[in-house]
Amino acid sequence: MSATFVGMPAFPEAAREALADSQLRYNLAHATGTIRDKRAKVVAEVDDWEDLRVAGAAVKETALRDLERHLVRLEETLTANGATVHWARDAAEANAIVAAIAKDHAAEEVVKVKSMVTQEIGLNEALAEEGIAAWETDLAELIVQLGDDLPSHILVPAIHRNRAEIREIFMSKMAAAGRPAPDDLSDEPAVLAAAAREHLREKFLRAKVGVSGANFAVAESGTLVVVESEGNGRMCLTLPEVLVSVVGIEKVVSRWEELDPLLRLLPRSSTGERMNPYTSTWSGVTPGDGPQEVHVVLLDNGRTRALADEVGRQALRCIRCSACLNVCPVYERTGGHAYGSVYPGPIGAILNPLLKGVGHDDQVDSLPYASSLCGACFEVCPVRIDIPAVLVDQRAQVVDAHRNGVPKPEAAAMKGAAYVFGRSSRLAGLERLTGIGLGLARRVGIAAWTGARDLPDTPKESFRAWWRRTDGGRRKEHGDD
Amino acid sequence: MTEARSEILAGVRAALAGVDPAPAAPTVPGVSLTPADAVAKFAERVADYRAVVERCGAAELADRVAAALPEGSVIVPEGLSVQVPDAVVDDGTLTATDLDRIAAVVTEARVGIAETGTIVLDHGPGQGRRIISLVPDTHVCIVHEHQVVADVPDAVADLDPARPLTWISGPSATSDIELDRVEGVHGPRNLHVIVVAG
Ligand code: SF4
Repeated sequence: MSATFVGMPAFPEAAREALADSQLRYNLAHATGTIRDKRAKVVAEVDDWEDLRVAGAAVKETALRDLERHLVRLEETLTANGATVHWARDAAEANAIVAAIAKDHAAEEVVKVKSMVTQEIGLNEALAEEGIAAWETDLAELIVQLGDDLPSHILVPAIHRNRAEIREIFMSKMAAAGRPAPDDLSDEPAVLAAAAREHLREKFLRAKVGVSGANFAVAESGTLVVVESEGNGRMCLTLPEVLVSVVGIEKVVSRWEELDPLLRLLPRSSTGERMNPYTSTWSGVTPGDGPQEVHVVLLDNGRTRALADEVGRQALRCIRCSACLNVCPVYERTGGHAYGSVYPGPIGAILNPLLKGVGHDDQVDSLPYASSLCGACFEVCPVRIDIPAVLVDQRAQVVDAHRNGVPKPEAAAMKGAAYVFGRSSRLAGLERLTGIGLGLARRVGIAAWTGARDLPDTPKESFRAWWRRTDGGRRKEHGDD
Repeated sequence: MTEARSEILAGVRAALAGVDPAPAAPTVPGVSLTPADAVAKFAERVADYRAVVERCGAAELADRVAAALPEGSVIVPEGLSVQVPDAVVDDGTLTATDLDRIAAVVTEARVGIAETGTIVLDHGPGQGRRIISLVPDTHVCIVHEHQVVADVPDAVADLDPARPLTWISGPSATSDIELDRVEGVHGPRNLHVIVVAG
């Protein structure tokens, strides 16, 4: 698979391309809207949601502020439980460790459960270079991988594909990767899922090595946790003889009991469910049950850099629920690819600069500007990451990084962000034109505007007219009630 | 590798030099329910995931289990509290490929969580290796009423992290294609839960 985010254009340019794709915009609006509604419903069911957020944020924050002790403890407990612990400073080191383990077992392929961190380090591509095929087993990741495509959402990576496209990908690509799709494949989701089941079952049954990430790692007990829906995670964690888990050092929590607020917050924030279908926990090797050789790779890859950032440190609390993506007006219009990273949306806009540092890559430097600062991301974040505050701080850092240099990427980025979002002057003009009619308005030049937005129905009265008539709502409206 | 270890730990130390520890996380109690309400809510919420849920007395259990099983072979773990005629008892030697030919599995559970409709297996007696409740397409799971707790914190407090745990909330599901929920991708496509009195 050759698809990679490396060399992506800066956000404004990538966004412009995405905005021109009205099918994509429709898919995204539908998907984010649906998940938003589901989330709101199940969050409203919980009386103590705000207390839970505070508790979830505190669990992660206390662990981060005492990270050295927790990492050392985690290494101790994992080792005592029969696991082998490795440390990796960067992507290349982590990939080399995984490749060496696979080669030790003469494995030409590995099965993978969806993991943001292995995407972050480009593990599949690195293994491919070593002649090892890494099979993604999450349905959406399978679609992305077979389509030689890039993921566009943390939770639903193939959200930009519709069922007809998915059928097409399965028909044309499955055969080369293993069991072919049946000839009579329809585009019914249940039929497509069944085809994926057959295709991947063959791989699960013969796999010697499984690769995972972890949602949480408990220092005190040496326990790793994977949260998923389809059971492909359980397959990867249970069937192979050897299991390798790549875990960012920020995943650690101190005590077993502290999983409680996180396990209550994550599924409701993420898929809008009371609980996800499957959560697996394991503490090293269990004799007679599951993989008898267990490896854990503890990965830095910029996390210590992020940890040193006083304002940005809180981004390491992120539990990758993707709620912030689904409420973000910028993400909803541009989709995930425009962020040029496996971490898209509001969290991606802060996490990428934090992990990679600002001042030497236009693409990274453009991300803090990919936001309207509306604050919706903070409102939904289950661990209370103040994304807008971090964005503002990072904009300052980007400006500082270029203060003495000639290039001013922030200026370009600002222009791009304006293209995506800030057309208030044109909006005011448009409002006056609505009375004359959209046909005329189009002729006088809003094509560029509607090219990037889905135009709502024209209101009977403009906002300014309403304000004048009612004094901003202070004068009683007549005729309505 | 030891170099990587010491460098990462030194990086962490440097990043946090002079940073105050954060206050300990407050605990947030879950919902509280009477045992009877907890069982009723558990049954209702498991059914919400489109699992089959039924309740019965201890005397009826064997018949209910038999009726819940599909055509084909059945595997059970050692230590199951109910007799399942013609079932293969797992002796730890069957491979994934062997299990792929088995239609159904019957297990007990360790805990049921009412608020979220979740069943937790800790793979002790009556529950078996993780693989047996994963590969067959139908999972019939027996939950005793006294095992049902109100909410997630009760379950976490009750469970032993040293054991492997599998939390199950409904059958395997995906919403990856246009957000249409489809039951069953890789895990068992049918989850049949029998809640037994006592
Ligand atoms: S930043 Fe918060 S809302 Fe966004 S993915 Fe992370 S935890 Fe979820």
